[in-house]
Amino acid sequence: MTEPSATTPSESPLAASVLSESGQDVNLCYQCMKCAAGCPVSYEMDYKPAELIHAIRLGMDDLVLNSKTMWLCSACETCTTRCPQDVDVAKVMDAVKITARRKGIKSAIPQVASFNKAALSNIKMCGRMYELGMIMGLKMRTFEFFKDAAMGMKMFRKGKLKMIPSLTGAMRTRRIFRRVKKIEDENRSTA
Amino acid sequence: MTAKYAYYPGCSLHSTGSEYDVSFRAVCDKLGIGIEEIEGWVCCGTSPAHSTSKLLSLALPYENICLAGKMGLNDIVAPCASCFARLKTAQYEAAEDPKVAGQISEALEKPLPESMSILSPLEIFRNSHDISQAVTRQLSDLKVACYYGCLLTRPDKVMQFDECEYPMAMDEILRSLGITTLDWSYKTECCGGALAMTRTDVVLKLTRDILEEARTVGANAISVACPLCHVNLDTRQEEVEQKYNVSYGLPVFYFTQLMALAFGVPADKLGLEKHFVSTEGVLSAGSPV
Repeated sequence: MTEPSATTPSESPLAASVLSESGQDVNLCYQCMKCAAGCPVSYEMDYKPAELIHAIRLGMDDLVLNSKTMWLCSACETCTTRCPQDVDVAKVMDAVKITARRKGIKSAIPQVASFNKAALSNIKMCGRMYELGMIMGLKMRTFEFFKDAAMGMKMFRKGKLKMIPSLTGAMRTRRIFRRVKKIEDENRSTA
Repeated sequence: MTAKYAYYPGCSLHSTGSEYDVSFRAVCDKLGIGIEEIEGWVCCGTSPAHSTSKLLSLALPYENICLAGKMGLNDIVAPCASCFARLKTAQYEAAEDPKVAGQISEALEKPLPESMSILSPLEIFRNSHDISQAVTRQLSDLKVACYYGCLLTRPDKVMQFDECEYPMAMDEILRSLGITTLDWSYKTECCGGALAMTRTDVVLKLTRDILEEARTVGANAISVACPLCHVNLDTRQEEVEQKYNVSYGLPVFYFTQLMALAFGVPADKLGLEKHFVSTEGVLSAGSPV
């Protein structure tokens, strides 16, 4: 349990949203760059994790919400594990994605946002992820119909892809999704 | 045998990771470890859930923890590293914040069970009785690089399993069965995980780095404990070879397949034919012990 921070709270709406979604205080960051150094995907990012954290702190909401950083995050948790200030950086990345989605901001890496949507809608419908259905859902959203086609055929030939979805727990799962949404909507309106 | 563990296979082990399921079951059978698949289990939500909604990402795993509790079992074993991480994270978050626990309970319309243990197969095999007794076949041609991936040990405050910067659990298990495992520096380097379908370029680069390092230290096989790691290292290996103009031919085993082989389970019962990179080369005729 970290001691109460003596930092000055940030005023930007994004910093407040990050705090409420993730419980993480970006003001704890002292820019040691361990997260940036350990991040396996940072080579492709426009802003490294530590830079994004600093941007949140400075109230540069537009820059942050339109960056690629959080969408590229592979949730490997290296940053979270190594942060000397105990900032859960991976959670901050999640919080920024959640905030961006809520504000209707188009993802800088649309395929990743599409993948999340396709996967969740598949899980909601089937209870268990039906990979073939999820892949089709993804392709409908990204229009990349021929991507990985050869690999997909090979997987199919080797019996790695389940052809028929399981529907075990589908109704229960749909109910969980609905109830979660209801609770979240209630919390937001009373916040 | 009476079930000791509630078994949570997760979505992958019923499809692209089915080799992990059959080999895990085979190993439990050989070691007399009782497992019972959780009836009516649902998806843990994995990466898409925690990227979209915190409460959803905790409620879905907890539904499964509740189901296990209903079976009258206190211990859950989850071979998929991502499922394992999500289950443990859900427990951790609920324990840290009673308000969150309350919301999860409200979403699931039932109370959350206390004192459930979430374990990985590495833990249950490491803690079980002397597994070397069950060895009937020496896999002496293998030089294995054990690849743990990201989620088994990170973040360490949640997972509390093994040493997060240099884990040894898989190495120790395999070594106790007479299999040679190598020291190498890419045990926990990310393979790109769920970016496989969306940013394949990233997965190819990261996977290539792992394969390159494994080869550099002289490995002729890689051992994994996660179906997503397996999919990336195995099914994308040929693509990596083409893109970077290299040749690896490194078979990727689930550590449970190696254990089962050492215990004398026939190779054709372990799903090895489903691998993209052939495993036949490194499995010698196998001298009986």
